[in-house]
Amino acid sequence: MDGSIDWLCLPRFDSPSLFGALLDDAAGHFSIRPRAPFSVDRRYAPHTNVVETTFRTAAGRAVVRDLMPVAERGGEAVPEHELLREVEGLEGSVEFEIEYRPRPNYARDPTRLDDGEVLGVRCALPGGLVTLRADVDLYVGATSAAGRLRIRGGERRYLSLTFDRDAPAVLVGLGEAARSRVEHTVGWWRAWSDRCTYDGPHRDAVVRSALALKLLTYAPSGAIIAAPTTSLPEVVGGVRNWDYRYCWLRDASFTLRALFGVGYAEEGMAFLSWLLHATRLTHPELQVVYDVFGGTRIDEQELPHLAGYADSRPVRIGNGASGQFQLDVYGEVVDAAGRYAALGGRFDGDQKRQLVGIGEVVCARWREPDDGIWEPRGGRRHHTHSKVLAWVALNGLLGLDAAGCIRVPVERFRREADAIRDVVDRQAWNPTAGSFTQVLDDPAAEPDASLLTLPLYGYLPATDPRMRATVRRIRRQLATGPLVHRYRHGVDDGLVGREGAFGICSFWLVEAMALAGEDEPATRLFEETLACANDLGLWAEEIDPTSGAALGNFPQALTHIGLINAALTLRDASRASGGQSRRDR
Amino acid sequence: MNRRDTALWGFVATIVLTGLLSSSQALRLTRMNIPYMLGTMVSADRDRAKVVGFAMHLLNGWLFAALYAAAFESWRRATWWLGAGIGLIHAVFVLVAGLPLLPGIHPRMASITSGPTPTRNLEPPGFMALNYGARTPLSVVVAHLAYGAILGAFYRPRR
Repeated sequence: MDGSIDWLCLPRFDSPSLFGALLDDAAGHFSIRPRAPFSVDRRYAPHTNVVETTFRTAAGRAVVRDLMPVAERGGEAVPEHELLREVEGLEGSVEFEIEYRPRPNYARDPTRLDDGEVLGVRCALPGGLVTLRADVDLYVGATSAAGRLRIRGGERRYLSLTFDRDAPAVLVGLGEAARSRVEHTVGWWRAWSDRCTYDGPHRDAVVRSALALKLLTYAPSGAIIAAPTTSLPEVVGGVRNWDYRYCWLRDASFTLRALFGVGYAEEGMAFLSWLLHATRLTHPELQVVYDVFGGTRIDEQELPHLAGYADSRPVRIGNGASGQFQLDVYGEVVDAAGRYAALGGRFDGDQKRQLVGIGEVVCARWREPDDGIWEPRGGRRHHTHSKVLAWVALNGLLGLDAAGCIRVPVERFRREADAIRDVVDRQAWNPTAGSFTQVLDDPAAEPDASLLTLPLYGYLPATDPRMRATVRRIRRQLATGPLVHRYRHGVDDGLVGREGAFGICSFWLVEAMALAGEDEPATRLFEETLACANDLGLWAEEIDPTSGAALGNFPQALTHIGLINAALTLRDASRASGGQSRRDR
Repeated sequence: MNRRDTALWGFVATIVLTGLLSSSQALRLTRMNIPYMLGTMVSADRDRAKVVGFAMHLLNGWLFAALYAAAFESWRRATWWLGAGIGLIHAVFVLVAGLPLLPGIHPRMASITSGPTPTRNLEPPGFMALNYGARTPLSVVVAHLAYGAILGAFYRPRR
């Protein structure tokens, strides 16, 4: 909010941070803020990923535009990565204070700045060179650079931070050249946003979510990461601090549904291609989480030298969930492959073998307990959601076989799928509680928001009385207003502290209600939930139901995916019921 | 001149030199990427520049192999240490004369005095290519010692 960039990892999302003030004031930042007392307002330039932070002081008004320029085809050489900051005076005069304090490798490595004069302020990292060029005078010290800038109405100044692994590095132009990059980037994002085919209510929120997903995409591979941050706490001051800068397979099916649903088939295809390519390394088993190139070694470690966001320790990098067994990911991957095939996608020989291999693993392992979708650290259990997703995997493979896309051992897969359904129907339904439960044969009959997805995967129609009863019980026991918790506070998840409501669960609830024909309450719930986004329309993983504060890593792909899917379901349900009404008349 | 040996061992020595410089980059001893630097003379596209630059680098390797061969022929002998000696001189020349002069001939390279322009925006190497990393000279010397040693060890002068 105050013109400071407090988190930046280069060159990949999961690379060590250059600016880490988000997690510790001493871990580096790049700030441009007025010297005089100011009020501030920020927004995205409409339908773009260009942030505009407008400062107002007693003497004037100025805007700082932050963007990562999109390279123009056929132009001059461009750096591998660039963060461009444009300062524009709007009226009067505003004096800014600029401070550049890079702290490489999560502030573990020493900083050595070199004043290259016309070549910019250089900071050599072990794997590349970070260069700051500016048309502002900067005093360059050994570990930081600083300067002052007085900007008047109509004036523009630029600060460009670039990263290059290869030498010679590219030294970007400032002035008119930088303005041209801003204009090109704004135009590129607007053209990209215009491709969104969603035509229902709340289009701006849907487009913003699509734009956020695009920013979470690692372009060289097509992977979509869960969030670009690590260790933003799920409980402020607590220990639920995780690194989300990786790709979770559990998000695969919902991700494709969202991308295909709003017209971004190319991005969806790229994501599925990454998915099938990445998982070859562990074939036929699937790991829960992979890095952006499908790497599987994501060892978790703590960074004790960092204070953590609002003193929330430990700060972790890497993610221990990579070693968990989550049965549901098999269903997610097969469901995603089914969506791809439904759009006319075809599988090569390796991919066909991979998919059949997934079915074999499910047949062999579905009777085992697993860690479950929420990755609790309290041990493996027989999670209902996981069993249902095992059924989704086998049922989806049978569907692909019937469509002629692959060949599977039909009899065996059908027999196992029927066996799973039998177990879920008998052991996951608690007649006393009148609800499906979090785990099989659970005398406590704990509800779980993941059960809201059963109709979304086609396991049961949302109008099934058991599903309606389960939805009612989840609303009763897990919802606070429009916000829904994953499970009841007090359920042993192996961690201390009380977490917030889980963003996507509210959107799942909206979908379950809409599919059950409860359009109006679902729409109301959707609109109440939308009001919980931050001022930029972005979502964290969780929301504090009391204060409305965002909790956990930010922005969170899964929540944005949930928003898009809920909007699509509501639109379709509304049209179906509208059509029905017209026919009735 | 033994053209067959010049072509064969020039090729091998160039591949080894390129491999050593690439390894130096991977080991973070230097950021210098010679194929990229050469390729940007003809293309601003990063990927295309690396491919074109690799071909240019290979041709350079053969050209220099002919010079090494000429030296071996004039001495009527070739040994690994003679080759390494020429490689050392070659490396020093590249570091103190060749690379610092590059901004004068590279159409996209900025000058250290006047700075980057819209069309000349690549970082110049500076003295001994130190702008590309403090251990760049070490990498260049080791790679050229290997290049010369291979040529000296395997080249057979015509008597």
